[in-house]
Amino acid sequence: MADTIATDNPFTTEEQRTLLALVGALIPPSAEFGTPGADDPVIAADILATARPYHATVASALTQIESAAAKRYDTPYPDLDAATRASIASDLSRSRFAGVGTLVTITAQCYYRDDRVMRSLGMAPRSPYPDGFDIPQGDWSLLEPVRQRGRIYKEV
Amino acid sequence: MTDPVDVLIVGAGASGAAVAWSLAETRMRIVCLEQGDWMNPAEYPSAGRDWEARAYSDMSISPNRRNRETDYPVNDANSPISVANFNAVGGSTILYAGHFPRFHPSDFRVKTLDGVADDWPIDYGTLEPFYAENDRMMGVSGLAGDPAYPPKESVMPPVPLGKTGQAIANGFNKLGWHWWPSDTAIATETYDGRDKCINLGACSSGCAQGAKASTDITYWPHAVRAGVEVRTRCRVREITTNGDGMASGVVYFDRDGIELFQPAEVVIVACNGVGTPRLLLNSTSGRFPNGIANTSGLVGKNLMFHPYASIQGIFDEPLDGYRGPGVCIWSQEFYETDLSRDFVRGYTYEINRGRGPVATALTGMFSGRIPFGEGHHEAYRQLFSRIAGMVGICEDLPEEHNTVTLDPELTDGHGIPAPKIDYTLSANSRRMLDHAVARATEVLTAAGAKDVITEAPIGVGGWHLMGTARMGTDPERSVVNEWGRSHDVKNLFIVDGSIFVTSAGVNPTRTIQALALYIADSMKKRLANLFD
Ligand SMILES: Cc1cc2nc3c(=O)[nH]c(=O)nc-3n(C[C@H](O)[C@H](O)[C@H](O)COP(=O)(O)OP(=O)(O)OC[C@H]3O[C@@H](n4cnc5c(N)ncnc54)[C@H](O)[C@@H]3O)c2cc1C
Ligand code: SF4
Repeated sequence: MADTIATDNPFTTEEQRTLLALVGALIPPSAEFGTPGADDPVIAADILATARPYHATVASALTQIESAAAKRYDTPYPDLDAATRASIASDLSRSRFAGVGTLVTITAQCYYRDDRVMRSLGMAPRSPYPDGFDIPQGDWSLLEPVRQRGRIYKEV
Repeated sequence: MTDPVDVLIVGAGASGAAVAWSLAETRMRIVCLEQGDWMNPAEYPSAGRDWEARAYSDMSISPNRRNRETDYPVNDANSPISVANFNAVGGSTILYAGHFPRFHPSDFRVKTLDGVADDWPIDYGTLEPFYAENDRMMGVSGLAGDPAYPPKESVMPPVPLGKTGQAIANGFNKLGWHWWPSDTAIATETYDGRDKCINLGACSSGCAQGAKASTDITYWPHAVRAGVEVRTRCRVREITTNGDGMASGVVYFDRDGIELFQPAEVVIVACNGVGTPRLLLNSTSGRFPNGIANTSGLVGKNLMFHPYASIQGIFDEPLDGYRGPGVCIWSQEFYETDLSRDFVRGYTYEINRGRGPVATALTGMFSGRIPFGEGHHEAYRQLFSRIAGMVGICEDLPEEHNTVTLDPELTDGHGIPAPKIDYTLSANSRRMLDHAVARATEVLTAAGAKDVITEAPIGVGGWHLMGTARMGTDPERSVVNEWGRSHDVKNLFIVDGSIFVTSAGVNPTRTIQALALYIADSMKKRLANLFD
């Protein structure tokens, strides 16, 4: 994940700036829940590394975002306030522009596997395997009414 | 040319594995050619922190998105439902969820009962012993006594109800509707060298624990020990024929891309409901200009998917969430035809336990329930571990205009024409989906859900591939006979979901494998006069 970030990052400095501004607007930090924003350096590095194979799609989404910012506010996207940035992203996502969907997906993937975020949700920061999880058996006596009703399949 | 073999199986998935294992006792020389690799469970997503992300990349259910060297592309642009599969030893069972229902007696008699489609040339009783044999080989967990089925045994106890199962079972009980713990291809105890399920919750990206019965860890080790040879990274281009109109073998590309001819006395195709018609249609000759085994013209026609409805509730209390296998309980309240409804046949509900943290975020963000920016975290916590619901699996009736053909341009990495899907949702399916959404909403509301998210049909849900080389007794109306042999080519057999006459309203794999065992048994009983 984050440690896989390589120096051959295909994103230009401009693209990285727009991308950081976007992901920070999508998921901002929260003092209440003690969680970082998606533009936190560790999470952002993970997002950049994960987005690398999708560079063309992501770059075209970033271009769309910049042009929406220029058209509506005549301002570079990173210079807009967080609420405006979030609303531009939201509008583009609703218009089902594929690149924005990809970016939202990558952001969620990287954000919700960060140790700090997982802990804030009460999860142990680990992979599911090998320890697995416990779930309760539940109350099998709930089947009683189903048994009492009897056969429902059709004889042929 | 390679040494001739007695039996050549193409495809090492659910059905290829079953037929190979069953035939192994004949001591014939059996080779299986598989385009994919043996998988290494230690590398499955659940062993890593990026387990949810990999379901969108190298372990995606879509071959087009996955785009591994071992995959072939599928042009499904002209279908509201896209194809899902996996290409490896184990086939699509590497990714399947392990829902493991049987067909019902009525499923084999839809023409007689409801005046639609066709009856099967075999019945539930024919398959019953093979269902039981397959249950032992795969290791089926469940609870005997389901009133929606004739009596059947279970090999292991069911997967736990959990908090999700309990909440939704309460909803069904309030309405007086049927539910039962699902039959699953998941070991709830150690079984046949496999470990028991530890609730990783990532079954549809491969089970690192080995609890889920993918055939690379069930049938194949037994078949290989009994002498069957599996050759991986071997992609079959075509089945060849000789002057007598019999199959003479196959042409395939090996792992180095070298084209080879493998002669065989018997060829068995097990490439699934899309891969099989593709291979048959690619196998043209002077005698079979429209593809081998296709004088009926039905190869590739009558494609059935099972349109799925997804109905997910949002609950106040945390449920199982990311923990536990997706399989849980099912309901067949609306399974059999009821003339008071506006559709024929019916569907099964399968209850989904919950979803992981990333899937929760994406469901919330794309459905507008989690805002971008301010309010994200509060809204997220309203959904985390609180989404649970069900899918409705609708019986898809066969229609000849739903097809697998060869794409005129798209090819795989070896230049072999790729399959093209043309599929439309029937009016009957649409009405059934609407019914499934409405009734499930009632169940979830009764279970305490405060909001419901629906999708019908599920666009990515083409995971059941059936009907494209149907079985029957009439050579003009079917591709294979009642024991899986091609009407046209007497040493060519098909054992996968292509041979389904109708789809029933349940997941197909237990029936696909029972059929494969039944066909192997039919072959063994006729070894002396197999080609008569
Ligand atoms: C995400 C997902 C979830 C599913 N969940 C369930 C479930 O819960 N319950 C259920 O019953 N079913 C489920 N299924 C469906 C189930 O996996 C299939 O029904 C079953 O695997 C089909 O078996 P098969 O033998 O017909 O084909 P497959 O298992 O698909 O095997 C076909 C094999 O043939 C190989 N092949 C194809 N063409 C060639 C060629 N030309 N040369 C060489 N090899 C070739 C492929 O590589 C593949 O390995 C699911 C499927 C998916 C993808
Ligand atoms: S939940 Fe059980 S079957 Fe599914 S992946 Fe985990 S251990 Fe395997």
